[in-house]
Amino acid sequence: MSFKKIAAVVGACLISSTALAQVEIQWWHSMSGALNDRLNDIANGFNSSQKEYKIVPVYKGQYPESMTAAIAAFRAGNAPHILQVFEVGTATMMAAKGAIKPVYQMMKEAGEPFDAKAYLPAVAGYYTDSKGNMLSMPFNSSTTVFYVNKDAFKKAGLDGSAPKTWKEFATAAAKLKASGQQCVYTTGWPSWVHVENFSAWHNLPIGTKENGIAGTDTEFKINSPQHVKHIEMLADFAKKGLFTYSGRKNEAEARFFSGECAMLTSSSGAQANIRRNAKFDFSVNFLPYHDEIKGAPQNSIIGGATLWVMNGKKANEYKGITKFFSYLSTTPVQVQWAEATGYVPITNAAFEAMKKEGYYEKVPGADIAVRQLSNKTPTANSKGLRFGNYVQGREVIEEEMEAVFAGKKEAKPAMDEAVRRANEILRRFEAANKT
Amino acid sequence: MEKRVVFRSAWLPYALVAPQIAVTIVFFFWPAVQAFWFSFQIQDAFGLRTEFVGLQNFGVLFHDQNYLRSFQITAMFSVLVAGSGIAISLLLATMADRVVRGALAYKTLLIWPYAVAPAVAGVLWAFLFAPSVGIVTYALRRAGVDWDWALQGDQAMLLVVVAATWKQISYNFLFFLAGLQSIPRSLIEAAAIDGAGPARRFWTIVFPLLSPTTFFLLVVNIVYAFFETFGVIDAITGGGPAGATNILVYKVYYDGVKAADLGGSSAQSVILMIIVVALTVVQFRFVERKVQY
Repeated sequence: MSFKKIAAVVGACLISSTALAQVEIQWWHSMSGALNDRLNDIANGFNSSQKEYKIVPVYKGQYPESMTAAIAAFRAGNAPHILQVFEVGTATMMAAKGAIKPVYQMMKEAGEPFDAKAYLPAVAGYYTDSKGNMLSMPFNSSTTVFYVNKDAFKKAGLDGSAPKTWKEFATAAAKLKASGQQCVYTTGWPSWVHVENFSAWHNLPIGTKENGIAGTDTEFKINSPQHVKHIEMLADFAKKGLFTYSGRKNEAEARFFSGECAMLTSSSGAQANIRRNAKFDFSVNFLPYHDEIKGAPQNSIIGGATLWVMNGKKANEYKGITKFFSYLSTTPVQVQWAEATGYVPITNAAFEAMKKEGYYEKVPGADIAVRQLSNKTPTANSKGLRFGNYVQGREVIEEEMEAVFAGKKEAKPAMDEAVRRANEILRRFEAANKT
Repeated sequence: MEKRVVFRSAWLPYALVAPQIAVTIVFFFWPAVQAFWFSFQIQDAFGLRTEFVGLQNFGVLFHDQNYLRSFQITAMFSVLVAGSGIAISLLLATMADRVVRGALAYKTLLIWPYAVAPAVAGVLWAFLFAPSVGIVTYALRRAGVDWDWALQGDQAMLLVVVAATWKQISYNFLFFLAGLQSIPRSLIEAAAIDGAGPARRFWTIVFPLLSPTTFFLLVVNIVYAFFETFGVIDAITGGGPAGATNILVYKVYYDGVKAADLGGSSAQSVILMIIVVALTVVQFRFVERKVQY
């Protein structure tokens, strides 16, 4: 070996040992495609802003998959530092004391200035305990909104403004149908839109104990007369051909932007896709509400995911995570993330900055999600929800809804059955997570 | 007289089968025992708290009407998948066996689908038949069929059966073709000379001679329908609508992997194991008697 080669090897060793001094922080996430690129931008931005810590983002599959992977990794003793978990998994994560490190606690221990009030209440509320402590770091949040095909409305002789109440909705739907519109209305995420957000929007409880936030001994309340009436209305629409069911995920979105369906309720996160594909004029609006229910509209609740910090890591690693979270919450990072992805900015300051910049005039409808989330101060019914094993619970609710929409069951017995079955799941969760 | 080769060494035969046994123990017995053990416990997702609950997990399952309904759904699904899979591939194999020109091309094409992963097969069929954008849906609608498996349970069932069967046909086809090629030509020719038509020749000569293959495939296909089809279900219907395609193994997968309910999921897989063991015993005891080797 020549001297040069040896020198090169020694040099390489030296460089890599200085690289080792950098603290690596593993971040498992579920953002694919363009979202993955934006997420990497954030990680790279942080990594180049300082030298001590290095965020390493790893895509681990869709939400349930990355969560399963992290659970398996935790059991094997090598969990990541940061894990992106969807809102449905919140209760599971929260109950896993010993597996997670609450964010507020980590911030306090690291002496990092942290003000939970800087975050949008409707976002942060979902992830705080009943004492108001923030348990995980909000990251990508969206909510359900109401999309309208304005061209189809005009063709039906309507003035193009979106119905505000479900009564107006019914009138508009009938006119659309009469004008030859094949599919009048469809929805993505049936339970998220028509049970969870329906409840919050009308200030009705989804479950007891502040929708489960105040305790695991919660029970579902989604068979109330108002809930049943709403589901009945949808079933009636379905029978009259005014509502077309599309499935439990976002299948409905393609039906809207292809022009097949004239109205859609789905995630505000669908906007970017709709904007890209729709060959017609559309508007983004608040969800319709029932004006006979007092207090409506309240505020809607979020979906999306937050970042959970796993337990049992070294102090300097936590230090790095706090630095990263602070970086993530800075206004420029938030503005960039929100504008590029269509997610809601998670801090008040970022929302104000986007307003000032004129972003919402440039992209009409982009502010609907934030405005709807902060329509009123969230109540115990509209702060969020926290039900154990809710992946299974939501499935039960959707199964029963499907039976109603297919005309196989009446709304009342179906919702009663949904409550009974979902409560059994809650009791199992309670038993598994006794303290 | 029986021909037997006997090992003189006491340990050599054990050493020779040891790798196979090791693999079986590590990958089959160990997880099975673990599932058995977990089925008596309630655990939180992260395994921080474990509680022994005896038969409670099983009690919960058998009180659940939907779980009991899942048995019926699974029975129907398995019979349809195994039955149509075997029938169609037998038909294709007999046809392909007769082809003189381009036989290799036909055979290769018929084997292709086996190389497709179940989940991919599922996505493929889901796209073709998607209630809104599917090409086949479009054709069906034009033909006046109200095709909407997002809500119609029967249609959803039909679709997953077709997708699961399509996947398995190639496998069955291979075995049938091999079986057909091992039937002596002379037998069939003799029958033909005696004046037996193609149908008669098939049912009295070919089919009985194929019976070992058919029996083997019956066992394999039932196991396939019971255990390996969750990928197809997951990609197409996710068990819906309203649980119409929620077969037992899909619920095991969903509860265990997606919902992180290990106790409940393990209890279900124990039940599933018992069913398949029972079915296999029944097949070997009663169906195998009709097999001519």
